[in-house]
Parts: sequence; C-alpha cells; structure tokens
Amino acid sequence: MAKAKKLSEFRVERDEEKCIKCQVCVRMCANDVHTYDPETDTVRADSFKCVGCHFCEDLCPTAAITIEYNPTQTKENAHWKRESIYDIVKQARTGGILLTGMGNDQAYKNYFDHLVLNASQVTNPSIDPLREPMELRIHLGRKPDKIDCRLQMTEEGRKKYQIRTRIPPQLELEVPILFTAMSFGSISLNACKSLAKAACKFGTYWNTGEGGLHRDLYPYAHRAIVQVASGRFGVNEEYLERAAAIEIKIGQGAKPGIGGHLPGEKVSEEISHTRMIPIGTDALSPAPHHDIYSIEDLKQLIFALKEATRYTKPVGVKIAAVHNVAPIASGIVRAGADFVAIDGIRGGTGAAPTIIRNNVGIPIELAIAAVDQRLREEGIRNQVSLIAAGGFRSSADVTKGIALGADAVYIGTAALIALGCHVCQKCYTGKCNWGIATQDPYLTKRLNPEIGAEHAGNLLRAWSLEIKEMMGGMGINVIDSLRGNREQLRALGLNEVELRLLGLKHAGEAW
Amino acid sequence: MKTEYLIIGNSITGVSCLEAIREVDNKGKIIVVSDEKILNYSRPLISYYLGKKLSKEKMAFRNKDFYEENKVELLLDTQAEKIDVAEKEVHLDSGEKLKFQKLLISTGGKPVIPPIEGLNKSREGVFTFTKFQDAREIEDYLQANDITKAVVLGAGLIGLKCTEGLLKRGLKVSLVELADRILANTFDRKASSILEEALQAEGCQVIKEDTIIRIDSSRGAIKKVVLRKGKDIPTNLLIIAIGVRPNLNLVKDTSINYDKGIVVDDHLQTNIQDIYAAGDVAQGKDLLTQKTSLMAIWPVASHQGKVAGLNMAGKPTKYFGSFIMNSVELAGIPTISFGITNPPAEAKNLETLSKTDEDRGSYRKIVLRQNKMVGAIFLGKIERAGIFSQLIKDKIDVSSFKKDLLSDEFGLLVLPTEYRKHLVQGEGIEV
Amino acid sequence: MLKNSMRAKRIIIREEYCMGCRLCEVYCITQHSKSKDIMKCYRGEEPRPVSRIYFEEKGPISFALQCRHCDDAPCLYACLTGAMYKDKKTGRILHNADKCVGCWMCIMVCPYGVIRPDFEKKKIASKCDLCVEAEFPACVEHCPNEAIILVDEEGNRMKKD
Ligand SMILES: Cc1cc2nc3c(=O)[nH]c(=O)nc-3n(C[C@H](O)[C@H](O)[C@H](O)COP(=O)(O)OP(=O)(O)OC[C@H]3O[C@@H](n4cnc5c(N)ncnc54)[C@H](O)[C@@H]3O)c2cc1C
Ligand code: SF4
Ligand code: SF4
Ligand code: SF4
Ligand code: SF4
Repeated sequence: MAKAKKLSEFRVERDEEKCIKCQVCVRMCANDVHTYDPETDTVRADSFKCVGCHFCEDLCPTAAITIEYNPTQTKENAHWKRESIYDIVKQARTGGILLTGMGNDQAYKNYFDHLVLNASQVTNPSIDPLREPMELRIHLGRKPDKIDCRLQMTEEGRKKYQIRTRIPPQLELEVPILFTAMSFGSISLNACKSLAKAACKFGTYWNTGEGGLHRDLYPYAHRAIVQVASGRFGVNEEYLERAAAIEIKIGQGAKPGIGGHLPGEKVSEEISHTRMIPIGTDALSPAPHHDIYSIEDLKQLIFALKEATRYTKPVGVKIAAVHNVAPIASGIVRAGADFVAIDGIRGGTGAAPTIIRNNVGIPIELAIAAVDQRLREEGIRNQVSLIAAGGFRSSADVTKGIALGADAVYIGTAALIALGCHVCQKCYTGKCNWGIATQDPYLTKRLNPEIGAEHAGNLLRAWSLEIKEMMGGMGINVIDSLRGNREQLRALGLNEVELRLLGLKHAGEAW
Repeated sequence: MKTEYLIIGNSITGVSCLEAIREVDNKGKIIVVSDEKILNYSRPLISYYLGKKLSKEKMAFRNKDFYEENKVELLLDTQAEKIDVAEKEVHLDSGEKLKFQKLLISTGGKPVIPPIEGLNKSREGVFTFTKFQDAREIEDYLQANDITKAVVLGAGLIGLKCTEGLLKRGLKVSLVELADRILANTFDRKASSILEEALQAEGCQVIKEDTIIRIDSSRGAIKKVVLRKGKDIPTNLLIIAIGVRPNLNLVKDTSINYDKGIVVDDHLQTNIQDIYAAGDVAQGKDLLTQKTSLMAIWPVASHQGKVAGLNMAGKPTKYFGSFIMNSVELAGIPTISFGITNPPAEAKNLETLSKTDEDRGSYRKIVLRQNKMVGAIFLGKIERAGIFSQLIKDKIDVSSFKKDLLSDEFGLLVLPTEYRKHLVQGEGIEV
Repeated sequence: MLKNSMRAKRIIIREEYCMGCRLCEVYCITQHSKSKDIMKCYRGEEPRPVSRIYFEEKGPISFALQCRHCDDAPCLYACLTGAMYKDKKTGRILHNADKCVGCWMCIMVCPYGVIRPDFEKKKIASKCDLCVEAEFPACVEHCPNEAIILVDEEGNRMKKD
C-alpha cells in the first residue's frame, strides 16, 4: 500500500502580488499553517493543516489569502460521498472513534425551511411595530391553573383587587431568546463573559452549562441559569444561591445518551477551581445521572433543588429530543419541573462522536409540536414553559418555533457565530483561532468580551426587531399570542404524516 | 527698574524656569540676565560645534522668537554683580539695580583651574571648555594656527567630549588623567577600559595616574606641558577640563546659605524667602541618598528650573529629587549610566550584576541595594535604558525579575504585572 | 472644535486582549510612509519607515506600546536640543528630526523605552506622534481586538466615526 498522504480539506491560496510578508498570518494561525522562510523571503502555507476557520483571511491586511475547499475530485457517487470515504480513511489509520464539534451537519430535512408564516390582509389589520407597542416580554416558569382574585375594600373604603394564588417563581425575559448551556471549559471564559454580559444588558438569560460558575461571572449570575448535570461539577450552595434558575441536564441534542468528557489537559487552574475537581484530571460527565433511573428519581432531585433554594427560583430539566420526547416531557412536568428545555438533533456541542451527533435524535421542529400537543392534550401545558433548542439560525426560525408551541428559544451556535465562530467544527481540538472553544491562553485573549458582548447583543436586538416585524405582519402585538398559534404557519412540500405531527395545514389551505 | 521675576542665567535652568512661570502666570514681568552674548545655546553641544557636527545656529535649544513669545525681557551681555537680599535688588555691571519679587539664581558652574606652574604666563593656547565662547575661541585658535596635537587635562565627561571634538577634527590628542582610568566617576573599571581601547584606536593617547605640573611657553604661547612623572609633551593646545564647580560668586557675601552649592529646600527655595536656586549652581535633593548633592547635569537642571518656576509663580510644587545620569557617545560607542556605577568593594549591601557581549560590543551592569536598583551602566546597546531609570526612581523591588535585568529582551513585560499595568494604563508619567 | 485627532491624548493598552498579530505595526509603518498606501509602502518604498511601536511578547502575554505622551514628560527635560517638544495645542510630545543630534538623552529617561534610535543617522528613528497627519491613530483604528484604545484628555474613549 502506498504511503498514505494526509487529507487536505482546504486549499490555502496566497496572492503573491498582494502579500506584503507582514507575517500576521504566520503569527496568528493556531494550526501552524503559515510559515515564513527568511531565506527566500516568502510566506508559505501547509494546506493540510488548515481547518478552514478563516482567521488569517480575516486578518490579512491586504486580503492576500483565500481559503477554499480543496477542489481535488475524489471520485464519489450518490452513495459513496467524499465524507464517507475520508472518514473511513481516517479510521483505517487511527482505529478510533471520530470526533467532531458543533451541530449535526447532515442534510436531513430541515422543517423550518418548509414552513411559511402568515400575514394579515384586509380582514384583520397588521400592526406597525415602529408606531405601536409590541410586546416580546415573556415569563418562564410554572403558571397556576387558575388565578384566585378577590375584590376587597381597603380601610379607606377603596376597591382593591388581590391575587390570592401564590404565583410560582418566574424568569422575566425581554425577548424570547436565551443563550444556551455552554460550559466554561467547552468555551473560554471570555466567550462566557461575552454572552453573560449581553444577556444582562438585554434582559434575557445565559446558561452556565455543566462547568460551574467562575467567580468572574458572579456579576452576571443574577441572569444565569445554572446547570446540575451528571458530573455535578461546580454545584454547591453558592452556585445555586447566585443563580436565577436551575436546569437539571439530562441530555443534549448533539449526543443524546452520551456523557461528556473534558480531557485533563484542558482542566486548568481556573477550570479546576470552577468545577471543583483537581487540576489536570479528566472531567467526566457520566451518560446517566447515577441517581436518576425514573421520573420519581428526577422528581426527588427537582424538589431537593427547590428545597435548597427555598422555592424561590424555577427549576427545569433539559433533555435531548428523542423518539419518546412527548411522554418524557409530560413525566418531567408531572415531576414538578417549571420549565423543560428540549434540544433537537441539530444542537451544537464542543465535542461529540461524529457517529452519534449525526445519527441520534429527532429534529426540534417535530419535538416542539409533539410536546406542545401532548401537554395540551393532558391539560398541563400551563404548568410548564417550553424552551426549544438546536439549530435556530434566524429570527424566522425563532418565530416559527414559537408558533409551533415553544415559549422561548435557546441559541448556541448562532450566538457563537456572533462572537466570531466560523463553524469549522473543530471545537474539540481546543485550538479555536477565534478564542471561543479553547482554553489556550494564546487563543482565549483573541476574544475581547466587550466586543463579544456588543456583537451578541446586536444579534438579539436585530432578531427582536425582525420578530416584531413578523408579528406585526400577522396582526399580533404580544408574543404570548403567537405561542402554539399554528394557524400562523403553513407547510410547504410536507407529506400527510408530517403535517399531522406538526399539526399544520399545507400552504394553500385556508382556515 | 522693577520686575516680578528675575532670573540670573539664561541657560537651560533659566529657560525652564521662565517657561514654567508662563504656564501659571501669563502677565507678570520676567527679566532674564545673562553675561553671555549669544541668545541661547545648549552647553553640552559645544563639543559638537568643535567637532564641526553642528553650526552655531543649530545649537539653540529654543528658537529666536522664544523670548518674545513668552514676553520676556532678555538682557544679554550683562553681568549680575551683587544680590542685595534686604532690598530685594540685584546690581548689574551696567550700574543698574533691578528690584525683584522673586529671584532665581541659575548661574551654573565654572571650570575648576588647578594651580599649575607657568599657567598664568601662558595666555595663548590654553583653554577651558564649558561655554560656547570657549569652543569659539578654540575654533579661532585652530583656524589661525597650524595645530596637529592637543593635550586635554582631565578624563571626565567634559574632557572626553572635548577630546571627541578634537579627534573629529583630525587632531592627535593626549589625554592626561590623575586617576588610574578614564571616566572614573561615571563608570566602572570594565567600562572605562572598553572606552579607553576604543579611544586609543581613534588616535588618542591616554596617560593615566599622572598630571601636568608645569606649562612652558614662549612669548605667552604654550609650547609644552611637563608631567609629574617626568615626561613632557610638546603641544600648542591645552584644554583644562578637570571639573566644574558651582558659580557661587554672587552669594558669597550674602546671607544666602551655601555649602558646595547653594542649598535649597524641597521647593528649591534658598534659606531666604523668594530667592530660589536651581541647576548646576544648586545643591538639591539626591534621590539615592536622600541628602543634598551637586548634580551638574542637564535633565536635573531643566527639571529644577521648571519646579522653581512653578513655585515662584505661586503653584506649590515639590521637588522629589533626582540622581545622576548621563548619555554620551564616546569613540563611536553609545553609553548611558545611572547613579552608583562603581560600588566600593567594602560596600557589602550593594550587589552587582553584569554581562559582556563581545560579539555585539555591549556591556551592561546593574547595581542593586537590597534588591532595588541604584545604578547601571549600558555600553553599546542602550535601547530602552530609560525603563531602568524609572525602576530606580520608583524604587522597585526587582527580585522577581532579577535574571531578566541583563537580558537583551528586557522590556516592560518582565516587570511585575501590577506595576506594568500601572505604567501603561496610567496617565503617563508624573515626574 | 478641534478635530477628533486633535483631542486625542493617549493610547491605552489592554494587554489581556492583545493577540500579538502586530497589525498595529503594519499600519503604523504604512501611515508613516511616503505613499501612505500599504502596497506601495511595503512593495518597493525605500527606506521603509520604522514602526513607532514597541511590541513586547512573552508567553501568551503581548502588547503594543507606544509613547504615552506623558503629562510631565521626562524626555522633554532631557532633550539637549529642543528637538523633543510639547505641541501647545494638543499636548502631544512630538519630535523634530531636524534638530535632533542623537545624544540619546531622551532614551536615557523615557520610562517606557519607546524611543527608537537610529545609530547610523544619529537621529531618533521613531517615536509615536499619534499619527499627526491622519485623522485617527492608525494602530488603534486597525487593531482587530481593541487591545489599544484612544482616550482624550479626560480619559474618555474616542472612536473613529
Ligand atoms: C562641555 C559640556 C558638556 C556637557 N554635557 C552634558 C551632557 O552630555 N549631559 C548632561 O546631562 N549634562 C551635560 N553638561 C552639563 C550641563 O550642560 C549643565 O548641567 C547645564 O548646562 C546646567 O544648566 P544651568 O542653567 O544650571 O547652568 P549653565 O548652563 O552653566 O548656565 C549658567 C548661565 O548663567 C550665566 N551666568 C553665570 N553667572 C552670571 C552672572 N553673575 N550674571 C549673569 N549671568 C551669569 C552663565 O554665563 C551661563 O550662561 C555638560 C556641560 C558642559 C560644560
Ligand atoms: S497576512 Fe497576508 S500579507 Fe501578511 S504575510 Fe500573511 S498573506 Fe501575506
Ligand atoms: S493590532 Fe492589536 S491585537 Fe494586534 S498586536 Fe497590535 S495591539 Fe495587539
Ligand atoms: S517619549 Fe517617553 S518620556 Fe517622552 S512623552 Fe513619550 S512616553 Fe513620555
Ligand atoms: S498612534 Fe500612529 S504613530 Fe503612534 S504608534 Fe499608533 S500608528 Fe504609530
């Protein structure tokens, strides 16, 4: 067998006419693609090492660099695609599980792209969000079945309404979008800071993930949802006390049924301190919680956490969207969860076995519809808020998700893209050139949290403006009226089963 | 005549003082008295002039319009002869008396002339070297006579600068020094020897542990010098540069306190209210010893001039002291020195670090007292030396980065993070 | 009203965000070239100007340091020729190469070590002038991570509009 060459996914092209040999690319590429040869006074590139993050391309002052797909034509056919061939080659050499980062990139049917929104014409007026109030504020948490409200006379003889029902704790969001769980460890502290800052400024929430709460993030803890995951990293009284809400993490869309593993080399002093584990030890999150084997067990944990925080903050549960998502969600609600987060098959990750990420779970669109429907049928929809996650790319996806039945949406990848991520999917290598999915001090400083927060905040702002425009068009001025309002959606090119599962009419069908 | 501010001496101290006064007081009348004829010039540049590297015009450190712009009355070629402390009056050689409210004495220094036999008989060919006039006269003398050889007495900084100038003009120079090495006050043995070799390579003869005991002249012109060890050197040009001392003539018979120089307080005021002294004539605070001492160097003169000016104009400003430092290029080798460079062997509390890089022709030495820098020598490679001056000034404990002090890559990055951040994020430096 | 750049007083360094790309130097050099055009400056212009920046790097920490334009600038006290001067209008510390004789007195006292000597020409080779000829300091404008920012006299941040 011929000595196998490395695979080169990308080709690094340098326009010699433009290159001024400033060596910015040489200094900045964490994958050592570019080198300078003083003897010939040339800057060279080793395309084999390029992961396609485009960092050098962005920084090159003369736009001399182009990163392109390597056009080398591996012979592929309808069945044997290039990726399959390359994956086999890699495995034949390494004998190991292939790892990847970010969400599922397979060409599964994307239901968002098959849904269209409604707009008002003649029979009901549309609303101009620039002229009229438009309410995006929502409250996440358990809502009572009914409100006991009494009219009373005060001592001075005035009328006063008094709500007698105890309202369970709620999270108030100015926009129905939250930053999803991404732990300090999977992403850098500067990335956490960027999102945390943006969340605080914009009046929404961010999520610590399972990595604990670093002390530098304390100033943003009042808008943090903290996770309690199978590894229990960083969970202590202070952690729970400082948080706004608690999320028990059962599963994650990118790797349902699979635990987590932060290799020891990434467990730096800061991470060790935050996660409360020794420096340099692997941080292993077991696949299951070893104390949860049933809904009853889950209920115990939920109430243990509620007790610990004296019923002052919502406690929710996050699961991956799997086949039985609807009955599982129902069980979770009955176990006392105040919110359920469901992460679909396109949910992102810092590291997951490619084979799992690509093949396990169901799309979030179907999961939202199924869960919303089921909870309604059981008459318990009001008892819980539903947060959907996994691949939301735009304000339209968010709007459609809410119309399908979600209360709010978690965004992860979209937020990271706002911070600079180019979705190169190499998060698991820890060499993120953009300073996001890395703990390398040479790289983390590349993300200035001030800029990060500004960009993430801009994204929230832009999306909320767009959502208001879409709502206005539908004649809806309160986001609550859009939730589960499937009449505002029509499907394009979906079959009967899909329509039934989504609870949608096909485009062209009237009320 | 009456004035608010009277300044005696129009060199860097006087000029810095008037600039400072104008920062605070835009109106008060300022008179500057100078016994020199030239508008202003930088004294350290006279060797550049002698070496033909600079024209007379380029020696000015402030431009022609400077005095007008600052509304200053400048009396050139006018000597102050007497200070009447009680009357707050200064008597000029013109007979005029100037009343002042605030007075600055910045009369600088004058060359020390040793008692040498035959010196007063020799009116031609013997010079000192501290003023423009000196350089001018040497220049004229060289033009008028066919001179190829010179003797310089004193291998201190001024003597060496003069030697440089003469060498540049192609003269052969014999340097006579009493100590066992050149620049004994500025450098250590090692640095001296490096420079000595370089000077010799440029055609300078260095005679050490010897001095001139007699000058022979004929018809008033110098012919030869006789050294103590017996040798004589025929020459038509002798420069005496064995040092300067404060110009105390004006204060000698007054109630103004003086020691080696005029004694000043933290605000550069003398013991007499409203009378200030600064620059080479003053004996101000030494940061390294916390005592007062003479520091006849330009940066100290300009700094003291400024502080004195601010105080005179009514903006109380403290002078925190300084330490000796110098930057000179000798025989093509740039050098910088700070503070204590040659601690005596018995000084147990002083530690020295040093490094010689023969390839790059550089030498560096650091002197520490209880882990704080008190002196340094840089030869050859002087870039970024200023950072060290700040370490001395701020009395920074260097224990955490001692090993980096001698490194060529020395920079702010090796400093303790807090101090570094204080430096780079602060409001810029406050002196 | 003074132009933006006229109010500019000092560049603040935030070393925790400096990536070490040294683009600041690339643009400083360009700004001080004859053509002020990056291509022309780098491809053919001789001599290429020297960057006014002292870039320091050790392990993961790096920063780009330039003249602090000190309020009470030691280099002014030390300069033998008056070549180093404070611009009355802007308070900037500027250098007049015409007067400079290369006595290196300023180098002796600059606490930041940000003055670069040219031993051949016996002149200061480079010292930050806050880009007097441009509207905005080139290094600050082009720093991709805002690791260096510009502030005015009162310490307020100034951005290029
Ligand atoms: C040759 C030479 C080289 C030097 N090189 C360096 C160097 O490289 N680096 C460095 O730091 N320093 C150097 N110095 C020292 C530096 O020049 C002095 O520190 C500085 O000039 C002191 O300034 P001053 O204003 O206090 O005194 P001076 O410069 O001495 O000025 C005093 C002025 O007062 C005038 N004056 C005196 N008495 C009267 C009076 N009664 N009436 C009117 N006017 C009067 C004098 O004529 C003179 O003009 C050098 C000095 C010399 C002479
Ligand atoms: S950054 Fe651009 S101009 Fe600079 S060396 Fe790399 S390719 Fe050339
Ligand atoms: S451009 Fe900015 S990030 Fe890059 S080296 Fe300069 S200061 Fe650092
Ligand atoms: S050159 Fe140095 S001393 Fe002068 S103003 Fe700049 S930082 Fe301050
Ligand atoms: S402000 Fe201008 S001159 Fe100063 S370092 Fe930056 S680019 Fe260079």
